[in-house]
Amino acid sequence: MNVTLSINGRYHTLDIDPRTSLLDACRDHLALTGSKKGCDHGQCGACTMLVNGRRINSCLTLAVMHENDTITTVEGLGTAENLHPMQAAFVEHDGYQCGYCTPGQIVSAVGMLGEIGDGWPSHVTKDIKTGTELSGDEIRERMSGNLCRCSAYPNIVDAIETAAGKTKEPA
Amino acid sequence: MNKHVMDEAIGETRLDRNTQGVIGKGAPRYEGKLKVSGTAPYAYEHLGGEDVAYGFIVPASIARGKIRSVDTSAAEAVPGVLKVISGEKIVRAASQPMAPAAQTIDGEVFHYNQPVAVVIADTFEVARHASKLVKVEYSETEGRFDITNRHTVREPDSMPMTPNQSRGDFEHAFAEAEVQFDQTYTTPSYQAAAMEPHATTAKWDGNHLTVWTSHQLLETAPGQIAKHTGIDEDKITVHSPYIGGGFGSKLGLGPDAVMAANATIAIGKPVKIALTRQNVFQATSRRGETIQRVRIGATKAGKITCFAHETDTTNSPGNGFFEPSGISSLFLYPGKDRIIAHNIVETDVLMTSAVRAPGEATGMLATESALDELAETLGIDPVEFRRMNEPEVNPQDDRPFSSRRLMECIDEGAKRFGWSDRPEKPASRREGEWLIGYGMSSASRKNDLMPSAAEIEMSSDGRATVRTGMTDIGTGTYTILQQIAAEMLGLPLDMVDVELGDSRFAASSGSGGSWGANSAGSSVYVASLALIRELASRLDADAETLTLKDGHAIFGNKQIPLPDILKGETISVTGKIEPGKQAEETHQASYGAHFCEVGVNVVTGETRIRRLLTVGAAGRILNEKTATSQCYGGQIWGIGYALEEDLVIDKRNGLIVNHDLAEYHVPVHADVPALEVVLLEDRDPHASPLAGKGIGELAIAGVGAAITNAIYNACGVRIRDYPATLDKVLAGLPDDYLTAA
Amino acid sequence: MRPFEYSRAQSVGEARTLGGRYIAGGTNLLDLMKLEVETPEQLVDITRLPLNEIKETEDGGLKIGALVTNSVLAADERIRRDYEVLSRALLAGASGQLRNKASTGGNLLQRTRCGYFYETSRRCNKREPGSGCDAIGGFNRIHAILGQSSNCIATHPSDMAVAMMALDAVVETQQADGHEREIPLKDFYRLPGDTPHIENELKEGELIVNIRLPKPKSGYHVYRKVRDRASYAFALVSVAAIIKTDGNTITEASLAFGGLAHKPWRDPKIEEMLVGQGPRRKLFEDAADALLAEAQGQGENDFKIPLARRTLISVLAEATQGA
Repeated sequence: MNVTLSINGRYHTLDIDPRTSLLDACRDHLALTGSKKGCDHGQCGACTMLVNGRRINSCLTLAVMHENDTITTVEGLGTAENLHPMQAAFVEHDGYQCGYCTPGQIVSAVGMLGEIGDGWPSHVTKDIKTGTELSGDEIRERMSGNLCRCSAYPNIVDAIETAAGKTKEPA
Repeated sequence: MNKHVMDEAIGETRLDRNTQGVIGKGAPRYEGKLKVSGTAPYAYEHLGGEDVAYGFIVPASIARGKIRSVDTSAAEAVPGVLKVISGEKIVRAASQPMAPAAQTIDGEVFHYNQPVAVVIADTFEVARHASKLVKVEYSETEGRFDITNRHTVREPDSMPMTPNQSRGDFEHAFAEAEVQFDQTYTTPSYQAAAMEPHATTAKWDGNHLTVWTSHQLLETAPGQIAKHTGIDEDKITVHSPYIGGGFGSKLGLGPDAVMAANATIAIGKPVKIALTRQNVFQATSRRGETIQRVRIGATKAGKITCFAHETDTTNSPGNGFFEPSGISSLFLYPGKDRIIAHNIVETDVLMTSAVRAPGEATGMLATESALDELAETLGIDPVEFRRMNEPEVNPQDDRPFSSRRLMECIDEGAKRFGWSDRPEKPASRREGEWLIGYGMSSASRKNDLMPSAAEIEMSSDGRATVRTGMTDIGTGTYTILQQIAAEMLGLPLDMVDVELGDSRFAASSGSGGSWGANSAGSSVYVASLALIRELASRLDADAETLTLKDGHAIFGNKQIPLPDILKGETISVTGKIEPGKQAEETHQASYGAHFCEVGVNVVTGETRIRRLLTVGAAGRILNEKTATSQCYGGQIWGIGYALEEDLVIDKRNGLIVNHDLAEYHVPVHADVPALEVVLLEDRDPHASPLAGKGIGELAIAGVGAAITNAIYNACGVRIRDYPATLDKVLAGLPDDYLTAA
Repeated sequence: MRPFEYSRAQSVGEARTLGGRYIAGGTNLLDLMKLEVETPEQLVDITRLPLNEIKETEDGGLKIGALVTNSVLAADERIRRDYEVLSRALLAGASGQLRNKASTGGNLLQRTRCGYFYETSRRCNKREPGSGCDAIGGFNRIHAILGQSSNCIATHPSDMAVAMMALDAVVETQQADGHEREIPLKDFYRLPGDTPHIENELKEGELIVNIRLPKPKSGYHVYRKVRDRASYAFALVSVAAIIKTDGNTITEASLAFGGLAHKPWRDPKIEEMLVGQGPRRKLFEDAADALLAEAQGQGENDFKIPLARRTLISVLAEATQGA
C-alpha cells in the first residue's frame, strides 16, 4: 500500500507491504541505513528515531502508521562533514567502538535531552513532584534503552554531558 | 616482501623516538565521523538501491534427530517467494575459527533451532512469513543437554591450547599440604551478543562472487565460501570493512554468508540475509558452560605449594574447540606440582566457540575467587597473598617471563582505590539498605603474535595509504594503524589513509585473541621501515638516521618535502611480521588488577557496582583513548558475567530459552557507574616490534571475581555459581538485616 | 508476520465498525506478530482517535485517554503530584523509547514474557489452548507464585497496571455494538484457570477508551521494583503501596503486587490487617505471611516468596517511617 513519509525534511512516497516496519522502510526501501537493526523487538535501541520530536524504537512500529509524522533519523541530525554537536561529542569522547549501536545512542541522547528539557522525570529522579536536572545518574537511567555490547557506556555518558553543555542556551 | 621474524628482542625504534608525536596519543577514531553520522556501511547495507532479494532461516523445532521431509510447497506458493533452499548443504551454525568450512546438516538436527532451510523472497516481510510455512517432519531422538550428566566425555582438540598439562605429582603434594583448598565453581553458557547480528550481502554476477559479511577473520573466508558453493576461490571476494562487534562470535563464518552466497548463485540476483537476534542466539555459536574444580595446597604461612584447575565444558558432536578455563592457571600461580586439565562433555546444544578472552573470562572467575577464599582462610590480605605467591619464572616450564608487572598493577590499584580502607570483616559496613564491600582480583591474558602483512602505498604527493585484510571490530584498528604509519613515516595523521576488510589485500592476522593490534600493527611497522629504506636510497641517505617529520625527510642539515623525493612516482611496499624464537624463549602475557566496591541490598539481594578500577600493563599503548575504551568494555563484560548473564538451556529439550536481548541480560547504562582505567607506561621488547601486547581481553579477565569477592566482603555470601543474581545472594542474607540501620 | 488488512480509524465509532485487532503503540503486539505468536487478519490503527488527553473528572479524579503514552502519563503534573505511585511505576518500566510509544490502554493488555509463550515450537496453553505448558518444570524464574493453575504459570509483566490496581482504576470501554461499560481494574483481569488464553474481561471488538482514576489517595506513595538489572528489565517482584498514617496508626492502605501472578495482585485481606494498627515489624511480617500463605514456587522461582516477603516488609517500614 502507499504511504508518504516525511523523513529528515524530505517526503518519500512508497508502495510497501503494510507489514514493513518503519526501520525496514528506511533500511530496505530508502537506503537510509544509519538506523540499525540489532534485535527487531525493541530490546536494544539501535533503531531509535525521533518521531514528532520524541524518540521511539522504529523496529516496533509500522511504516504505514506514520503518514504525516515528522521523522528524524541519524542522517537528519548531521553529516560526516557537518556533525551535530551530539555526533561531534561522541567522536571527541570515543563514545563508541564498533559503531553499530551508535546512531541509536546519538538519536536517543538527543531525544532524551529534549525530555529533560521538558521537565520529564525518570526512575532515578529523587523528587518527581519538583523537577529534574541533568546528572550522570539521570543520563544512565534514561539511556538504558540503548544497549552497547562494546560497552562504551562511560564515554557515551561523557559525550552526552559535553553535548548538553554545548547545546544549552547561553545564560 | 619485507619480513620481520620476532627472533630477537626489539631495541629502540622510531616509535620510541616519537618524532611525529602521534603514537600513543588518544587520536579520535579514523572512521569516527562515518560511524556517528550513520554512513559507515555494515555488511547488510551494501548495494543500496539495487534490486535485491532477502533471506530468512527456517529453524528446527527439535534438538536432535533426522529430518524426514521438508515440504516447501506452501512457502513457495506465497507471491514473492523466489526459492526455498533446503537439503544437506545447509549449515548447522557458524564455522569454528580458522576451520576450512562450516559443518553441514546432512539431513540431521544437531541442536534446537538449527537452520533447516532458508526462504529467499522479494521482500523481507514475505521471506519471514513464508519461513513459517515450510513444513518439516522429523524423527526425533533423545538429546543430551545437561553438562552435569557427563553422558559422553572426550578430550578436546589442541585449540586454543593444549588441553591437559601437568607437572610433578599434584595428588601427592596436595595430600601433604598443610592447608588444602578444594572448591568447585560453575559458569553458565554465554552469548557474545554483538550489537550487529551476523549479516551478509552476496552478489553473483555470473562470473564473480562478491560477499560483504560481518566477519573478524577474512583470510579463510573465500576458501570457506568456495567449499560451500563450488565456486573457485579466486572468483570470490569478501569484504568486511565495518563490523558491528564480534567478540569471537564472528571469527567463524556466519551461516548467513554461506546461505546468501548459495542463494545469489541460485537466483541470479543479489541476496541479503541478516540473522535475527534469535538466530544469533541459536545458530551461530556460544561460550560453553563450565564446571571447574580448583584445588590449591599451601603452607600455613601462605605459600602456595601445588595447584590444580580441572574443567568440564561442553561442545556439540564434531567440535573439538573448548573453553580453556585453565589458560591463565598455567602461569599465574606458583607450585611445582600442578594439573591443568579440560574435558569436553558432549551435548546436543548449539556448538561452543570463542567468545572474548576464551579461558580467562571463565577460568579466572573461579581461580580469583579461590585465591580470595584461601587468603581469608589463611588470614592474609588478598593483595599480600598474591605478593607472597609471585613466581619468578613460569611455573609450568621455568621459562622467563618477557615482562610481568602484576604486582605493580596490584600495588598501584590498591593505592589509587584505597584498598587499606576495605571493611575488615564481611557484612561490617552498611549505608542504609546497602552493605558495602571491596574485592580485588588479578588479571592476565596470554599474549600472541600472529603472522600478518600490510601494504603501504605512498603517492607522489606524500600521502600514505595502508591496506591490509585486517578488520576493525570496534577495537580501533583503523586508528592505530594510521598512527603507526604516521609516526614511522613522519606524517600528520590526516596524510595517512587506512583501508581494511578486503580479502584481496595482504593477508592479516584478523581480529581475535587480542593479537590484532600487535600483529597487524607490526606489519605496518615492517612495511614502514621498507618504505623508509626506499626513500633513503633515493636520497642517498642512511635509512637509520634519516628523520621523517611533517611530510619532510630531514638528514644532515637538509629538509626535503616528500613530493620532491617521490618526483611524481607512487611507491608501494609490503611488510610482514611473523612470530619467532621470542615466543618460545619467553612467556608472554599482559597483566592487570581489578578493584571493586559493591553495594548489596539487604532487602532484595541486588548488587550494584559503586566503583570499579582496573590497572593494566600491556606493553606500549598505541592509542590511549581506544585502549582505555577496550578496558571499559572488559570491565563491563565482567559486570555482566558477575551479575547478570546466563544463557539458559532447557535441560529437558535443549531449547535456549532466553534467546533475545530482553531476557538474556547484558549490562545497560544504569548498571555501570563511572569507571576508572589506568594503563601503566610499559614496553615489552620480546612481544613485538611495537613492544606492545594484547589489551582487548585483559580487562575482562578476573573482573567478575573482583565483584563476587566484593559481594562476599559486603554481605558474607560466597558466590561460586555464576552469575550472582539476587536469588543466590538473598539465600544467604539473614532476616534481621531488614531492620533499618 | 502473517499478512493482514490494515485500516486506520478516524473515530471510535469507525474503529468499532472496521473490526479487527486494534493497534496503538504496537510495542507488544508487533513484537508478537513478528514471531506469529499473534496473528491478526485485520489491524485497525487507532492512533488517530481523539483519546490522548488527561481530563479532570467531576469526582476529583482523572480520566486518562487510552492513547496517552506512558511517557506523557508519567510526566503529567497531576499524576506526579497526586498519583505518584503511578508515575513511579511507569518510570520503572521499559525504556524511554518504549514509554514514548506505548499507550495506557495497550499497557494494560501486555502479554506475558514467558519464554515458552514466545517460542512457537514449544507447548503453551496461552498461545495454543490445550497444547500444554512447558514452563511447568522448565525455566520459570520469572513465573507466578500466586494464583497459577496447572495449565499456566505465567505472570503479567506490566508495572503501570500494578499501580493502577492499587489506585482502584476503572477501565472505560466501548463494545463492538457501541455499548459503553466500566470495568473496575480489580475485575478486569482473569486468573489462568483452564483458559489462560483469556486474560481479561474484554469482549471481541471491545475498545478501551479511557482509564479513570478515582480522586487521589493521600498518604505515602511508593513503587518498589526488584529486577535482574538496574534498568530495562521486567519485575521479578514489585510492590505498589499507598499508606496513610495519622502519626500513630495506619489509617488507609492500598497494596498491589507485580511479578507474582497472572495479573497485578491485590489482596484486601492484608490491607484490612494493616488498617487501624500501629506500624511495627511484627505487623508487617504477619501481613507478608498472609499475602504469601498460599504461595507456591515452581522451582526456579522459589526465591520470589522470600523476596516478596522482604520487599513488602521493607516497603511498609519505609511508608510508615515517622509514624
